[in-house]
Amino acid sequence: MSMEFLLASAIGALTAGGIYMTLRARTFPVIIGLALLSYAVNLFLFSMGRLTIDKPPIIDPSATDYTDPLPQALVLTAIVISFGMTALIVVLALRSFLETGSDGVAMDDVGEDGLEARDGKARQ
Amino acid sequence: MKLALITLLPFLGAVFPVFSIRYGRNACAALAGAFTLAALVLLLGEAPAVYRGEVPAWGVDWLAPVGLRFSFFLDGLGLFFATLILGIGLLIILYARFYLDSRNPMGVFYTYLLLFQGAMVGIALSNNVLMMLVFWELTSLSSFLLIGYWRHLPEARQGARMALAVTGGGGLCLIAGMLLLGHIAGSYELGEILARGEVVKASPLYAPALVLILLGAFTKSAQFPFHFWLPHAMAAPTPVSAYLHSATMVKAGVFLLARLWPVLAGTDMWFMVVTPAGLVTMLVGAWIAIFKDDLKALLAFSTVSHLGLMVMLLGFGTHMAAVACAFHILNHATFKAPLFMSAGIVDHEAHTRDIRRLGGLVTLMPITATLALIAAASMAGIPLLNGFLSKEMMLEEASHTVFAGTTWLVPVLATLGALLSVAYSARFAVRTFLGPVRHDYPHHPHDPPFGMWLPVAVLVVPVIAIGILPMLAEPVITRTAMAIVGGPLPEFHLALWHGLTPALFMSLVAIAGGAALFAAFDPADRLRRSLPRPEAKRLFDSVIDALVAVCRRFIDASHTGSLQAYAGATIAAVVTVGLVAFFDAPHAAGERTPMPVNATAILAWILVLGATLAVITCHANRLLALVLTSVIGLVVSLSFLTLSAPDLALTQISVEVVTTILLLLALNLLPKQTAPEKGLGIHLRDGAVAIVAGLGIAGIAYAVMTRDFSTISDFHIAQSKPGGGGTNVVNVTLVDFRGYDTFGEIIVLGIAALTIFALLDNALRGAAARRLDAMRQGEEAKDAHPLILVVATRVLLPLALTVAVYIFLRGHNQPGGGFIAGLIVSIAFIMQYIASGYAFAAERARVNAQALIGAGVIIAGLTGIGSWFFDAPFLTSTFGHLHLPVIGDVELASAMGFDTGVFLTVIGAVMLSLSQIARVEQRAEREPVPEGPMDNRPQPVGGDAPALTATQGAAK
Repeated sequence: MSMEFLLASAIGALTAGGIYMTLRARTFPVIIGLALLSYAVNLFLFSMGRLTIDKPPIIDPSATDYTDPLPQALVLTAIVISFGMTALIVVLALRSFLETGSDGVAMDDVGEDGLEARDGKARQ
Repeated sequence: MKLALITLLPFLGAVFPVFSIRYGRNACAALAGAFTLAALVLLLGEAPAVYRGEVPAWGVDWLAPVGLRFSFFLDGLGLFFATLILGIGLLIILYARFYLDSRNPMGVFYTYLLLFQGAMVGIALSNNVLMMLVFWELTSLSSFLLIGYWRHLPEARQGARMALAVTGGGGLCLIAGMLLLGHIAGSYELGEILARGEVVKASPLYAPALVLILLGAFTKSAQFPFHFWLPHAMAAPTPVSAYLHSATMVKAGVFLLARLWPVLAGTDMWFMVVTPAGLVTMLVGAWIAIFKDDLKALLAFSTVSHLGLMVMLLGFGTHMAAVACAFHILNHATFKAPLFMSAGIVDHEAHTRDIRRLGGLVTLMPITATLALIAAASMAGIPLLNGFLSKEMMLEEASHTVFAGTTWLVPVLATLGALLSVAYSARFAVRTFLGPVRHDYPHHPHDPPFGMWLPVAVLVVPVIAIGILPMLAEPVITRTAMAIVGGPLPEFHLALWHGLTPALFMSLVAIAGGAALFAAFDPADRLRRSLPRPEAKRLFDSVIDALVAVCRRFIDASHTGSLQAYAGATIAAVVTVGLVAFFDAPHAAGERTPMPVNATAILAWILVLGATLAVITCHANRLLALVLTSVIGLVVSLSFLTLSAPDLALTQISVEVVTTILLLLALNLLPKQTAPEKGLGIHLRDGAVAIVAGLGIAGIAYAVMTRDFSTISDFHIAQSKPGGGGTNVVNVTLVDFRGYDTFGEIIVLGIAALTIFALLDNALRGAAARRLDAMRQGEEAKDAHPLILVVATRVLLPLALTVAVYIFLRGHNQPGGGFIAGLIVSIAFIMQYIASGYAFAAERARVNAQALIGAGVIIAGLTGIGSWFFDAPFLTSTFGHLHLPVIGDVELASAMGFDTGVFLTVIGAVMLSLSQIARVEQRAEREPVPEGPMDNRPQPVGGDAPALTATQGAAK
């Protein structure tokens, strides 16, 4: 058992969980699935720089070696962008729920939930 | 430079007509004409140099890596074509001014026309085949617009679509052919390709390249069997037909063959493909033309036939045939454009162009009739007119062309073609203008205004002048033909009388036979009717219909509207591709020394795996799923911290906070439970795909992590301090080495936030608003705004902001920077929303979030542009030390400005997303909240409080 194994298996578990959740029929599980996938992808990208402990990429005269800074820079923006993406999908889900009364992800699921009838009553 | 200007002037001019039409139709036409004239004058200014034997050229790199250059050259052929395009263009502009009446939008017309003109000039002057392709496509597009100019007419729309489908399809083949040609020649510069004819002809790729290029040229020049689009394009206004379909666009294919003649011509394959294509086109076009009753249709098929003639001449591959082709291009343009314009005048004056309803117009409109009769006689090849000369040259070349071992085949068929053209010319001339005057014209015809027949007259002058004194055209033709063959020509003279040659005899047969055929029109027509006549349009339509049906069936089957199906198919496809690669690669772990594990790591691992499993099993409880996801996020940020990535840890944990708040806000309005999904099969299937994908990713990650590697990061580490002026390599990479990347990312972030704004800004109307009003938020904290929280967040706000500024300032050298600082500021503000309520915070927010996003992007962009003033590329950073009194040495890097942009954009984007959701939430009806000292819940924003109250009352 090594650190590499732990990280790789965690990435695999997150990917599997993310994909499974992404394939669900309601918006909220899909959002959760995408969040899990984001973690997996970010960790995966990060792991391309291999694992190092206590060698942060901060230039220091006393340091002898540094970890690979490039994957870190890529992952940093990826984290922020995945927030943007999550926010957008959440809002899409929210708006479509508000418009249709359904939080399904298939067009067939768009159905009325009796709101019209209630509205009609309210107007009388 | 001048050459580029000549090409660009019509494009520039195309901007104006749509505006200048406000100042009247004369101003509009004059302005369009002025740009054309300017281009023509510039072009003719270059002519002396070309005639001295120079080849002016100019170019700059456009996309150097793919070989695309913005480069032009002007040789005899280019000059000849460009002069035709601009010269006839000028006449057409004048003609169109009188042809189009006030009911037609003239500004749009001239805009289209100039666009087309510029594209044609571009083809003629391009020195780079890739750029030529761009102009080639532009001619297809602009001619689509011109043919469909009368968009209310269905035949105009159909004709435009057909022309676009055929020439556009040919254009695609041409792109492939040109790419092959450039590949063989090793350059996309035309000058270099032309010099490598032998290499190209010897290449095994010559045949496919030739076929593809010919497909492009034949579709454009309406060669059999692609000739059918041209007659349908006659639905265009007559000036368009006269310009595009006689003088210019359809000649683009011929031009292309002439342009590439030194590279492609002269092989057996060239001869065996091009010659018959041209010959058949000439015969088929002429035969159909004879029986057309519509003047424009007759002329259209005659054009098809003449284009066939030119293509056939190029197919012969001899130098004299190239001379004849150049000569015929000139002559055809001078007699066919006037004929189209005359047909337009007849249509304009008599309100019909049906040959059966016309006749005797020579007494009613003598000027038009005289001009048209001369042009028609030239088309028939009557001596003393220019059409005779080039047709005789064609017959001369045909008379000694051996095809498939027979000496008689080509001469006889060429004579037959000439004979047919005499017949249709006679029918056009006699049935329209001669014969008795009739009394049943739909409108009484008379000669049109001066401006309308002047362009016709201007073009008829060379018809006669060259016809009588052919030597006038000799320098032009010599120069053009030399450019076509790319070398010296044999001695020749254009002359009226060559002695008793076979060609003269063939000409006489053609004229006599043509007259006889015209006399025997009725029997010939009966013969035609007895022959099978495939209707090209019907065939074309049925092909298109079948294609549409296939596409529709495919779309109906694949677009089910279910995200599950789409995502499933995508993921399954990716997994399959991955599996294929998996089975032909080694899978052993690498030799890199593994990193030992400790108890904390194992605990974190168990936490992630457990939480993932729990999310999958318990996600029906959405709040629980959210909490579990956050647990994973926290472990991820701790892992970053352990694994030497402090910047990532900081970013991940702040994003985690923001994302969790966001999801909580959304969950407040969404259903709190997920209904169980039916069907065990679906779960098993999805689970299988997910497990395969997870194993694959884990395998890849493990394989990579256990191997050593070389990286380009050493450069970043070495240059971070001396080049970027900071010791935090990650931050320096973000704002300096890969600054352009970051710039793109903040723009994406900004766009996402603005999209969120757009999605929610109008959510308070319509069905969404009614649903919100009806929503009852069952459970709410008894104390919505607890005093302690309110006080604590308000006290913490300045502290949080100070921390953010600190994190921001130190970011260049220590973990931190714009992204993280932006997130911290956002969290500090969002805490105010949470503690004191949306309305309280929104009222006090002085800065609008959209403005923050805009300002951030602009600041980042300006910092990048700033380096231009120091002659450095976009986003080059600079830094220096500033000595301030009291504070001391301060290091200032221009990257700080860029980071400020990042900082502001992040704040704007986060605040905009969250506050928009919060605003929507305000609309949902709530249980009454107990009044408290710090409860600042004011009336709902939006000013529709009374309406809301009324709804509430009604609902109760």
